[in-house]
Amino acid sequence: MNKNLPTRTVTVRNPQGLHARPADLLVRMASSYQSSISIGRDGELVDCKSILSLLTLGAAQGTVLTVSADGSDADDALKAITELFEAGFDDTNEVPGKQPAVDG
Amino acid sequence: MVELQGIPVSPGVAIGPALVLDADGYRISRTLIAAEKADEEYARLRSAVNAVAEKIESNRLETAAVAGDETGDIFAAQLQMLNDPRLHGELRRRIKTELHAADYAVNRVLRNYAIALRRLENAMLAERAEDVTDIEKQLLQQLGAFDEQPLSDLTEPVVLLSHNLSPSETANLDRRYVQGFCTEVGGSGGHTAIVAKGLELPAVVGVGTFLDSVPSGTRVIVDGDRGKLIVDPDESTLASYQQRIEQSQTLTAQLAELRDLPAETADGTRIRLSANIEFPHETASCLERGADGVGLYRTEFLYLASTEEPSEEDHYEAYSQVVSEMNGRPVVIRTLDLGADKMGHRPLAEQEYNPFLGLRSIRLSLRNLDLFRPQLRAILRAATHGDIRVMFPLITTIGELRQAKMLLKVVARDLKDEGIPHRADIPVGMMVEVPAAVVMLEHFVKEVDFLSIGTNDLAQYTLAVDRSNEYVADLYQSSDPAVLRLIQRCVEVADDWARPLAVCGEMSSIPGRALLLVGLGVRNLSVPPLALSRIKKAIRSVSIDECQQIAERVMTLDSARDVDVYLLDRLSVLVPELIVT
Repeated sequence: MNKNLPTRTVTVRNPQGLHARPADLLVRMASSYQSSISIGRDGELVDCKSILSLLTLGAAQGTVLTVSADGSDADDALKAITELFEAGFDDTNEVPGKQPAVDG
Repeated sequence: MVELQGIPVSPGVAIGPALVLDADGYRISRTLIAAEKADEEYARLRSAVNAVAEKIESNRLETAAVAGDETGDIFAAQLQMLNDPRLHGELRRRIKTELHAADYAVNRVLRNYAIALRRLENAMLAERAEDVTDIEKQLLQQLGAFDEQPLSDLTEPVVLLSHNLSPSETANLDRRYVQGFCTEVGGSGGHTAIVAKGLELPAVVGVGTFLDSVPSGTRVIVDGDRGKLIVDPDESTLASYQQRIEQSQTLTAQLAELRDLPAETADGTRIRLSANIEFPHETASCLERGADGVGLYRTEFLYLASTEEPSEEDHYEAYSQVVSEMNGRPVVIRTLDLGADKMGHRPLAEQEYNPFLGLRSIRLSLRNLDLFRPQLRAILRAATHGDIRVMFPLITTIGELRQAKMLLKVVARDLKDEGIPHRADIPVGMMVEVPAAVVMLEHFVKEVDFLSIGTNDLAQYTLAVDRSNEYVADLYQSSDPAVLRLIQRCVEVADDWARPLAVCGEMSSIPGRALLLVGLGVRNLSVPPLALSRIKKAIRSVSIDECQQIAERVMTLDSARDVDVYLLDRLSVLVPELIVT
């Protein structure tokens, strides 16, 4: 992995961890950016646009995760994602971006 | 021979070759496709994905409209899973490069995700595996990979062994071939148990892990009286069980002779003995055993046994069939009792830490009028065909009762305005199953035409025991003196106001407890069809004095255990034929 990629550290704040609803919001947020975005811990990084991968991280409350982004809008993406984590996913009813198109 | 202990939930003995279902009730075999078919196969998968996406989206919209966006979000997450780019990358690779058939690829990939999720330590995340499995099943169904009923093509008698069976799966079992079943999980008093009893299938649940060690075809015995599963029985065990089956057939034949005799005590006190049913076809076994009516028609099984939400017409047809077939005998319809362990097609409350204390039953109906209204309309319409009465479950406050009755009036007025034939004046009753209702019964009784005690829920709420939780299930006894005192109070209040009072819980189907209820002054009992003859036999074998003596003595005892020991002792003297050896 390119060491120069912009990277941030976020903490899972909501009591129930990164479960289905926050993961859904996170994927929608990530998918609205062109950059490829990775998230994970201890070197285990997964695709931030894949809800199944996010859920299998099993990130409970208090888990510290590393996010990195690669692409033209990488900084914006990281900023938005960091805010989403800081808000604990609760006050963010409005998420930019639509459902990702079915792969094809 | 191996003997395993579980929880008996439906009486009787079944002997036969085991049919072992894997954890999800179906099996997808490894199928490869020709290289030139890969594009076509991938297109087939894509159109299945689109069809399932549409279904999930309409679930989401419907649920969000009824239960709010938060609940609808469950489906938003499912949709996100279905559209997951990693998932599609993997499916595409398997089909296009490894030449897996679409259903095999779906099965492998989604199952791997489900396994990974189940391994997580966080219980809530682990539960998301259910969503993945749900998507897998829907895709496989869309791909035509398996029938909705994996057990629909049986040709030989079998004893079913499975990790779990849902109430709807149990309801759909082919009774010509399935002799009985045994599951690894489950507790007593769950709804699978009620369905098994309704279908008269011997059943044992909650045995713990055993499926891996029993190959299909092994001879097994399910002992639904003692809660045992015997794998590969030796000759003497087999012989003694075969003898038991014969004995019980003899007793059944003897009891059948009681059919046309009334349920009255030896000295002539008439007890109305009705039946609890879940399915319209059960009216046949009610009539066969001479039931005085249907005392409890559990309508939620219309929801659980079908893949689509029932329409007003579905309700109407089912109720009309039941009341017509019962031919003048009263039919008491209980309105929807969904929630807690019985869910319909839409999850109506996302997360309830205490579902039995949550949005269930009448509470759920009153909050979802689009579910409730068609049912009430159908009940009033079907009442033109016979003696239908309506009963509201889980009434806790007077407000709920009034609201439900008001809605019934509104619906009747609508039907009148629309010129649709119906009856507006049917008797209205309430179930007494929450201690609060017992305490306040003087106030409720004035506003209803009849009362019916649901002892299952009354015991559960009085004793603070979840009856489907195997860890505490032993604390759950409808013969607990605390429960008996509440029942005694109901009898007193009902007598004061001259309102008919029935007991329709499981309690009335246990012969000793039924005699106790009669002794306490209960004159209406409603039991599963299978129990009708036994209870009639018990009633006809005793005098009302003997029942009253039983009640007097029991009310001096201080534990469920003492009550049961005493009742068993009395039963062995008064009705020795009914004691199972």
